[in-house]
Amino acid sequence: MDILSLFITVPVITILALVFTRGLKQARIVSMIGSLVQFGMAINLVFAYFKERAVNNDIMVFTKDVVWFKEFNIHYTIGVDGISVTLLLLTAIVVLAGVFISWKMKDLPKEFFVSLIVLSIGVYGFFISLDLFTMFVFFEIAVIPMYLLIGIWGSGPKEYSAMKLTLMLMGASAILLVAILGIYFNSNADGGALTFNILEIAKVNIPFEVQKLFFPLTFIGFAVIGALFPFHTWSPDGHASAPTAVSMLHAGVLMKLGGYGVFRVAMYLLPEGAQHWSWFFIILATIGTIYGAFSAIKQTDLKYINAYSSVSHLGMVLFALLMLNKTAWNGAILQSLSHGFMTALFFALIGMIYERTHTRDVTKLGGLLKVIPFISVIYVIAGLASLGLPGFSGFVAEMNIFVGAFQHEDLFYRVATIVSVSAIVVTAVYILRVVGIMLMGPVKNEGFLTLERVTWYEKLGILLLLIPIVGMGVAPLWLSDMILDSLQPFIQGVL
Amino acid sequence: MNFSSIILIPLIPLAVFLLLGIFNKKIKPLASGYIGVAGLLVSTLLSINTAYHYFFVYGKSDGVYQTFVEKTVWMNFTDTLAIDMGVQIDPISVMMLIVVSIVSLMVQIYSRGYMKGDDGYTKFFAFLALFSFSMYGLVLATNLFQIYIFWELVGVSSYLLIGYYYTKPSAVSAAKKAFIVTRFADLGFLIGILIMGYYTGTYDFETLNNPEGSAILNWASTSFMGLSVLTWALILIFIGGAGKSAMFPLHIWLPDAMEGPTPVSALIHAATMVVAGIFLVARLFPMFYFVEEGFALNIVAYVGAFSSLFAAIIAITQTDIKRVLAFSTMSQLGYMMLALGVSGYEGHEGLGYMASMFHLFTHAMFKALLFLCAGSVIHAVHSNYLKDMGGLRKYMPITNITFLIAALAIAGVPPFAGFFSKDEILVAAFEHNKLIYFIGIFVAGLTAFYMFRIYFGIFWGKDTKYEQKPHESPLSMTFPLLFLALLSIIGGFIPFSEFVTADKAGFEAHINYPLAAVAVGVGLIGIALAWVFYKKENDLADKMVNFFGPLYQWTYDKFYFDEIYLFITKKILFNRVSAPIAKFDRKYVDGTMVGIGNKTVLASEKIKGMQSGKVQDYAFAFVAGVVIIALVFIYLWTS
Repeated sequence: MDILSLFITVPVITILALVFTRGLKQARIVSMIGSLVQFGMAINLVFAYFKERAVNNDIMVFTKDVVWFKEFNIHYTIGVDGISVTLLLLTAIVVLAGVFISWKMKDLPKEFFVSLIVLSIGVYGFFISLDLFTMFVFFEIAVIPMYLLIGIWGSGPKEYSAMKLTLMLMGASAILLVAILGIYFNSNADGGALTFNILEIAKVNIPFEVQKLFFPLTFIGFAVIGALFPFHTWSPDGHASAPTAVSMLHAGVLMKLGGYGVFRVAMYLLPEGAQHWSWFFIILATIGTIYGAFSAIKQTDLKYINAYSSVSHLGMVLFALLMLNKTAWNGAILQSLSHGFMTALFFALIGMIYERTHTRDVTKLGGLLKVIPFISVIYVIAGLASLGLPGFSGFVAEMNIFVGAFQHEDLFYRVATIVSVSAIVVTAVYILRVVGIMLMGPVKNEGFLTLERVTWYEKLGILLLLIPIVGMGVAPLWLSDMILDSLQPFIQGVL
Repeated sequence: MNFSSIILIPLIPLAVFLLLGIFNKKIKPLASGYIGVAGLLVSTLLSINTAYHYFFVYGKSDGVYQTFVEKTVWMNFTDTLAIDMGVQIDPISVMMLIVVSIVSLMVQIYSRGYMKGDDGYTKFFAFLALFSFSMYGLVLATNLFQIYIFWELVGVSSYLLIGYYYTKPSAVSAAKKAFIVTRFADLGFLIGILIMGYYTGTYDFETLNNPEGSAILNWASTSFMGLSVLTWALILIFIGGAGKSAMFPLHIWLPDAMEGPTPVSALIHAATMVVAGIFLVARLFPMFYFVEEGFALNIVAYVGAFSSLFAAIIAITQTDIKRVLAFSTMSQLGYMMLALGVSGYEGHEGLGYMASMFHLFTHAMFKALLFLCAGSVIHAVHSNYLKDMGGLRKYMPITNITFLIAALAIAGVPPFAGFFSKDEILVAAFEHNKLIYFIGIFVAGLTAFYMFRIYFGIFWGKDTKYEQKPHESPLSMTFPLLFLALLSIIGGFIPFSEFVTADKAGFEAHINYPLAAVAVGVGLIGIALAWVFYKKENDLADKMVNFFGPLYQWTYDKFYFDEIYLFITKKILFNRVSAPIAKFDRKYVDGTMVGIGNKTVLASEKIKGMQSGKVQDYAFAFVAGVVIIALVFIYLWTS
């Protein structure tokens, strides 16, 4: 078995093992072992990647190609570069942390963990696929369990939220499918055979008229899950209703599929379309950045705040991708990673606070620093990371985005960049507002005085997410250079 | 230079921070105090050692103090642009090392007494160490991005320390305000950095500041709205500096920052962090001076002068002694800014630059001293307000004497430190800009007046009846007072112009006796007026209040700038921007999506009747279909 296919096989085995478990204790142990193995594999992959990169100069390494559906030339083609390796690592970490956070999942634990791991299969598969069709299939595998996870284990208006989320993402998938077929049927523009293989299509000069038609479809198809304004409204409701681990996985990893897909498919395969349409989507992304931040100020539900914050942060990812240069793209990938860890951490913390106080309404909380200091301090740290404080990952990502965006000299780009940059102030406002109301100040409720302290599995989950945030922020060089190297062939395709 | 010892200067406080931060619960409070002080003592010794080597062992070569840089890449943006991390050793960074070290060390020693018995003792020392680390990193920075990184870190240390008493709502909102206002200013700073990096291709101070370098020589190559883009960049960077250094109109956070523990006010909000803005302008001084004939530098001068006057006027009416000191700090920072603003570059022309740095140095000592004295007083009477004080000289002799020394120093009375530095500033202003000179001299009078107003108010004036008899503070608190008082006396005799000048060559400065006489005279008038009003309890002050009426009220309310900001943020940004956006999102953006969903459901409701399951319905549809198709065919056939 090759090193990448294991990322699909191990979860499948985990699921099979889960089927034979009874009760919460067995289910969580099996899930933990499965995700630990996955985590080890992801770390191993980083080292293996560096080793392979030293001798192998291809765009993608560890490639493998198996014919899957001959008539339509659909293959199971896999391979990774520096970008997908980092995203696989992100996924492995968030899944493992998610398992720890769900340590006390009481309702239908077996089914819950199975759904969670099915979801992760979709994500892993998506990140390693080099075949458009296979990629699309994995995309759907990742999206569908979400309906069950929210609908069954959620809270509040869970059926409504699950339905809304699924329908909007399915709608986007429909558009995406049209786009993928459009690309497929034009992959013979240079006289070759029709193919779904991304690397092959990239070599083909798809006519400008076709690119112009299919770029917006591809972009929107992917970007809906990346919370593109105005198609982001599934996200606040979805997150608010989802159980903690699902929010973590969804915001931390699943939403990254959007940016990654835009980058791998829309930008890489339809570069002229990207050039043609970038102005329009820059406007949407810029609005998303600042609009999400302003919306977050007025929210009172912690999960809504974080959901709108995600709209803002991921708006920045799309914004950076549309800048079409290496620095900004590097920023986009770093921001995806950084946001993945940060938002997963936030949702984990919100879950812990909710479990203890039974409310997510900030106006009802207060003085938590005194009663649950560990969780509160980490919340402050996560907040500081989120507002782009140097020393944390957010700063590194944002600076790449801003410096990259500043490479464009005309007024339109300058204005868009400055509007995006000003989000750093608005972000500070909503983060510090929550910190001020919820964590600081006098203890608002007598009942809070007896809150349960943090447990070991919660601590583990937190640390798993916090370490990469600090690591990236303190020593970004190796990661950023690794991504920059992998961006080289892509940027050549665009320019 | 021995860089391995220099790099330890910031790293030791960082290690202390991590140690105290991570093992917060496990370390005994007493031990954490010692760890903090010991760490900083080592950093201080290393700083002094660095200064000694830099100025006396290496000295000048080619007639100037050389700049030593050691750096490594931290992150690459493009093939040419990168963020470096490193240390830059030149006269101002060495001077700042000394200032930061001495004040930090004294404040830490003082805090061992002041914070005794506080719940968060260990946390407090951890935050102080974090601050020292960030501040060292800031002054040693080799490039714009590095300084920005540490700039944000001192900002967050300040946030954490202002909000130290986090159960107090006023402290929480003060901390938030300080962070957000300076963050807003930093937005300008960041955009300035982006512009600078894009048009000059570098963030390095060495490259940017080289008078013969391409950045300075080619400033006119690109312009925007009639000004060079570099001038815009400098103005934006100055906005960042103005935010940190509490220049008008970004000053509103500083008075509120007094919610923090007093040692913090002394360290961060008087002596070190707030001078970061001055340091930033000084750091980029050649650019400010040469680009567009000093256009941006002129702005610096006027903003400085106005802030200095504005704050001095407000300081007269405040009744909380820490707020008086806060406005005094703002006013003195304005002094430093205006000195930079009127400065030239070479030789004696650069007097303003040298004077500004000199004043930064002396001010750090006597203002830290004033705050620590205020802390000692507050510690004794448990109040910040003048009305609760009076006659304390009998109970607190050391605090009384040291406060008096600091007050004389800030009032510019010879031979105390402030006299020398202030005199140089006024000379520089006199030689370059008469208007600013007159503002400066007027502010000097106001300064002497408000400072002695609180001095007499605290230590003389009415004999307040105290419930508990106030007593002198313990040695851990009085030792720093005495040490800083000593520096406030002798600090002025340091021949600063030999060491710290704009062109790094040094020159000989002389006291300009006529101007000095005027300045001292004005200062003495101020003191004399304060004597008349406040030495003995009398109703003169109340009469003046009534005489000025509304004018007094405006000043007392700080000209309503807090209210203006509140109006903009709460009324406009929160209620007129945020709330409508949040509502718009739910109602229209989401509404549209939900609407599409509902319409789909509705449509399916409408057409689902067709699949009724009744055979007669299907038969009817079938026949109707046949008839319609037949009709269509017939129509097509015949036409």
